[in-house]
Amino acid sequence: MDDFAIDESIDITDVVCPVTFVKAKVALEELEEGQVLSIRLNDGEPVQNVPRSIKEEGHRIIKLADNGDGTYNLIVKKVENQGET
Amino acid sequence: MAIDYKALKNGGFMRQVQKNNFSLRLKVVGGNLTAGQLLAIADISKKYGDGHIHLTSRQGVEIPFIKLEDVEQVKAELEAGGVNTGVCGPRVRTVTACQGNAVCPSGCIDTYPLGVEISERYFGKELPHKFKFGITGCANNCLKAEENDLGVKGGYTIEFVKESCSLCGVCIKACREGAIAKIDNEIVLDKSKCNNCGRCVKSCPFDAWKGEPGYILSFGGLFGNQIAKGEQFLPIIRDKEILFRVADAALAFFDKHAKPSERFRIAIDRTGWDAFKTEMEVAYHG
Repeated sequence: MDDFAIDESIDITDVVCPVTFVKAKVALEELEEGQVLSIRLNDGEPVQNVPRSIKEEGHRIIKLADNGDGTYNLIVKKVENQGET
Repeated sequence: MAIDYKALKNGGFMRQVQKNNFSLRLKVVGGNLTAGQLLAIADISKKYGDGHIHLTSRQGVEIPFIKLEDVEQVKAELEAGGVNTGVCGPRVRTVTACQGNAVCPSGCIDTYPLGVEISERYFGKELPHKFKFGITGCANNCLKAEENDLGVKGGYTIEFVKESCSLCGVCIKACREGAIAKIDNEIVLDKSKCNNCGRCVKSCPFDAWKGEPGYILSFGGLFGNQIAKGEQFLPIIRDKEILFRVADAALAFFDKHAKPSERFRIAIDRTGWDAFKTEMEVAYHG
């Protein structure tokens, strides 16, 4: 499960909902199928909601790592959604 | 000829400030109308009203400025357009609902078909006072279940599938009740803290939380002259039959114990919550 290489990283700790998810979504759109994105996000609402929204988009969450400073790194593998625009 | 304002009001014709003008209340369930119904409503408003339509606080639609002499014609034309008139007075009112899981990603239950079922069973039923049902799909409570006489809130009964879990920790953060913890590299649920919101199920990337949809009921909500939050005391209900058994019992209690023009909440307060809860628990257990 921990066997992954990060292709791209973004930091969404400087924005609030719903821009958090929008930034993550845009970053994922720029990746190729199977590439891995690391998203640094804040504790509280972002970590409660962003993983779920990414799951609903059909991407694969690999890991949520606690950075110990009130932020988390969410590791996501891009999955191209068939049948959705 | 004397005008029977009470009969008009029962049929959803609300007397206006302007003499002989009525705001016609329409039947709507769960805030859903078809585009065809909306066109029919628009036509009636232009033809018989003053060209505007009012959206009420409970997802209702009213066509103001309908003239008394046009009432029967308007009713007939509405019916032809697939629209029925609503109700006012001491009876079961418009059943409200959010979009539920048919549309909203947060929804735990399919609210609209349930609203239609509740409406078919109870809408317009005569009671000591008004009685409002409201259905909300999840704990986000967009439809404000607890301000209704009987509120229905969607939730999940949850179950953990250890084999699917990767210990990623997403559910621990998704749970707002602090019911999930990681202890000695194991996910542990404190059931006493779980409010059946289902956020663990919705967020888990590995489907390690399974959720069975259910209904969380609240009784005696008021949001008018007096304000009170509906009380929740039954466990989450998974079976629709049980939901209707409890709703039947709640309406029977209201009919039996309330004085004329006394709201459900006030009747329960006066009769005593212990007696009411006992009756609901009996209905719940069948």
